[in-house]
Amino acid sequence: MSHFVPQLINLFATLILLLSFAMLAQRRIVSLINLFMIQGAALAAASFLLGYVTGHPDLYVSGGLTLLLKVVLIPWMLHRMIRKLNVRWDVEMLLNIPTTMLVGIALVIFAFSLALPISRLSDAVAGGALGIALACVMLSFMMMITRSKAVPQVIGFLSMENGLLFAATTVTNGMPMIVEFGIALDVLVGVLILGVFMFQIREKFDSLDIRHLESLKDD
Amino acid sequence: MSALYLVLGVPLLGGLVLALVGHQPRARDINVVFSLLTFLAACVMTVEVIDGGPQFVWAKQFYIDPLNVFLVTLTAFVGLTTAIFSRPYMRIEQDHGKMTPPRMRLYHSMYQLFSFTMLLGFTTNNLGIIWVAMEAATLTTVLLVSVYRTPASLEAAWKYFILCGVGIAQALFGTILVYMAADKVLGAEDATLLWSSLSDIKGQLDPTIMSLAFVFLLIGYGTKIGLVPLHSWLPDAHAEGPTPVSAVLSGLLLNVAMYAVLRCKVLTDGALGTQMAGQLMMGFGLLSVVVAAFFISRQKDVKRMFSYSSIEHMGLITFAFGMGGPVANFAGLLHMTVHSLVKSAIFFTVGHATQKAGTQVMSEIRGLIKVNPTVGWGLMLGVMAILGMPPFGVFASEFLILTTAMREQPWATPFLFLALGVAFASMLIRVLPMVFGEETKLKPLAHPPALIPVFVHLALGLVLGLYIPAYLNGWYVAAASMLGG
Amino acid sequence: MSALGVFSQLMALVTALLLAPLLTGWINQWRHWLQNKSAPSLLQPYLTLHKLFNKELLMAEHASPLYRFTPYVVFGCMLLASAIIPTLSTDLPLSPAADAIALVGLFALARVFISLAAMDVGTSFGTLGARREMLVGFLAEPALLMVMFGASMITGSTSLTVIVETLAHRELAIYPSLLLAGVAFTMVSLAENARVPVDNPDTHLELTMIHEAMILEYSARHLALMEWAASLKLFAYSCVGLALFFPWGVAEANAPLALLLALPVLIFKLAIGGMLMAMIETASAKMRIFRVPEFLGTAFLLAVIGLLVNVLLGGQ
Repeated sequence: MSHFVPQLINLFATLILLLSFAMLAQRRIVSLINLFMIQGAALAAASFLLGYVTGHPDLYVSGGLTLLLKVVLIPWMLHRMIRKLNVRWDVEMLLNIPTTMLVGIALVIFAFSLALPISRLSDAVAGGALGIALACVMLSFMMMITRSKAVPQVIGFLSMENGLLFAATTVTNGMPMIVEFGIALDVLVGVLILGVFMFQIREKFDSLDIRHLESLKDD
Repeated sequence: MSALYLVLGVPLLGGLVLALVGHQPRARDINVVFSLLTFLAACVMTVEVIDGGPQFVWAKQFYIDPLNVFLVTLTAFVGLTTAIFSRPYMRIEQDHGKMTPPRMRLYHSMYQLFSFTMLLGFTTNNLGIIWVAMEAATLTTVLLVSVYRTPASLEAAWKYFILCGVGIAQALFGTILVYMAADKVLGAEDATLLWSSLSDIKGQLDPTIMSLAFVFLLIGYGTKIGLVPLHSWLPDAHAEGPTPVSAVLSGLLLNVAMYAVLRCKVLTDGALGTQMAGQLMMGFGLLSVVVAAFFISRQKDVKRMFSYSSIEHMGLITFAFGMGGPVANFAGLLHMTVHSLVKSAIFFTVGHATQKAGTQVMSEIRGLIKVNPTVGWGLMLGVMAILGMPPFGVFASEFLILTTAMREQPWATPFLFLALGVAFASMLIRVLPMVFGEETKLKPLAHPPALIPVFVHLALGLVLGLYIPAYLNGWYVAAASMLGG
Repeated sequence: MSALGVFSQLMALVTALLLAPLLTGWINQWRHWLQNKSAPSLLQPYLTLHKLFNKELLMAEHASPLYRFTPYVVFGCMLLASAIIPTLSTDLPLSPAADAIALVGLFALARVFISLAAMDVGTSFGTLGARREMLVGFLAEPALLMVMFGASMITGSTSLTVIVETLAHRELAIYPSLLLAGVAFTMVSLAENARVPVDNPDTHLELTMIHEAMILEYSARHLALMEWAASLKLFAYSCVGLALFFPWGVAEANAPLALLLALPVLIFKLAIGGMLMAMIETASAKMRIFRVPEFLGTAFLLAVIGLLVNVLLGGQ
């Protein structure tokens, strides 16, 4: 059974990567938030599983924190926000979807090759998943660049945090507790501030299209 | 009971108190009082460290050594003077209708919380908490940048949040890699991310992991320093917020990011044994200096121009620390100090100048010296100082940096001279008409500006250029040798 | 080349011929039930085939010989494909030919012939269907190949029989790369078999057709063969999916009793697969044609990522 668990963790890792790709190609904002929620759930499950296998109680706490924050609290806040802001669709993107996917693949290859020598050095249970975590971070980064509405950019940012947390969990069996709490607090406050922001932007520009925010240039 | 508790506790308490009463007219004075208390606590702590040597506080979670103690005092001092400056400034802004009482509340409480996060970042021993503090500093200032609610300020704040958030996420990844390297040597305990423990074992950290970690850390924290090509948020954020915010962002936050990079550089140099970290820093630093200098020559907005000047100087500082060695490190530390002092002084005068003119466009501000001689002279002297004229402190540090570069990295000197020359010419061309030009439509200010901070800062900058007191010299030397290279 | 081998080969062939229309009927039933409609009988496809074989053949006047023998070619390809996939047993005389790449080639051959024949008669709908089919095929084939390569990488061979044997014998393990390949494979089979969300097999609106548009002109036994070939294609794809992802229960060489067991197991697996396909079809809406490249592009990329993940986590 014990050899089963690393495979299960790898399965969760692949699921998280799959969800990152799905978010990259998703147009409906409600689905985007739901995908983010599922990604958070997979991350929490991986933490719990890792905690069970390695016997570190910290990982249970970390998993619980992820569950509370990324699966319950933040998606609820985001759903409320988009209902008030009345955004549903993000149809136009910088690049069309097939091109986005191809660039995504290139990023995944880059991330894997970068992480391969490092994950060989790691003696953690799920060390091989570092490449996947780095790939998720890069895909979220790409999502932030290629979107033209504010809400998907925010979700890309949060998904990047997910990827980083996953990297920390797999490679080092979680960071020290105080750091994890600090990061969680930062993320929460960040989402709150972004929410306030989006209302301000909406008020000023009557739309959440980021391309309105490109007037400051060097002339 | 170390003074550190006061240094951190006072701003935190101030933030909470001002969140409740920040909209009252008295709040401005309360802000100054809290900053004053923070500064006094920092002085006490400094004296403790001078007498007693490096300190560990609260189960080794905080570490005060020569490198960060004077930065803490500098931060507290500039925080105090900026609070003094902001008293009349924000009052005038409120009269002009750009600020409302609820926003003043936000402004005052975020100001204190921002001080708290910066001081936390300086004094913590935990690499993870440095990250948390940097992110928190970004968060507290994001709302400050957009506090005027103009389209330009919203755009600046959004860019600031997103770009710095992305950058800092890279730094988090770098921190995770450092933790991984440390984990192999120290095992997974809470002490594993403590910088002091890592510094003791830095020779045993795995080079592959540490080199990748440093790249991510440099990119991540470098975004917050404003290194080119990760700088595009900086001119917007520094130019669109209220001037006190620009002053602390330019003068203080950049130093915190630089400090984080320095701590990581010490670990990387120990682990790698090669000059890779220094070379990366030199490359980025040089690029920033050159690019920023050329951007200065294209600016029309006065605060943007000075933000690019900040990028240029931080690039110079990064270059200096990249070169390493006792002289360059000393010069870097000196430059950090004088840059904070002089740049914030410049922003104080520019703030009042823009208030009088009602615009930030340089071609429309003229004849400051005739209308308000203190503002005019303050700006003139400040610009002289920041351009590196003797006998100000910036001249001394730039001289040291350039001579070290000529000795050790001669290939870089033509670029440095070119960039410094371009910046000199561009800024002077733009500032001289502002100060000495023909009279234009400058309005008098409703409340007398607080310009004493300007001259105090400039005086300190002058003093540091002429004579560095013995204890300060000892600090710089100790910190420089700790930075190694 | 044992007698048992020949026997199992023949059995596989006959099973394919007989079961394929049943599978189509089963999926159809489930689709109707899930949509709260009353379903046609399970044996309806057989009755349709029987009816068609007894009708009078009519062809367009300027139909070329290509048009005439395309139904036979296509039917032959699909039958051969069904025969070489190890559905009941891996001990097949034709197993040297049971290469994954060759299989993809067989499907491609059939596609070429259908498309050419559709354009042959000169109607606009035929050409429309042919162009769309080529678009779908152009993108689906690389995806299918990548899925095959993913499985081959894990088992070390592109021969389907070797893949089935290796995967069936491994201890129960979760391969994340196979998960990704499985998702990609599902998307590709939906596209290749003209199912919702790519193409609605029930549609009567010619402008939305892909596969149906190409066989609009056929009648009587030609149409019967084309319909049967379509069922066989679906059957073949399902069996490939089962072989790659659920290979247990397939008989090995020299195990006559296992052969007896293999048939009920196959029927059981196909039944569940058919139900799942009907559920996917009911839950999705047909997507617009210009979104199909995105859909298939996603499938391709998922398959490639499956390969990459295999390389990355290959040490486990």
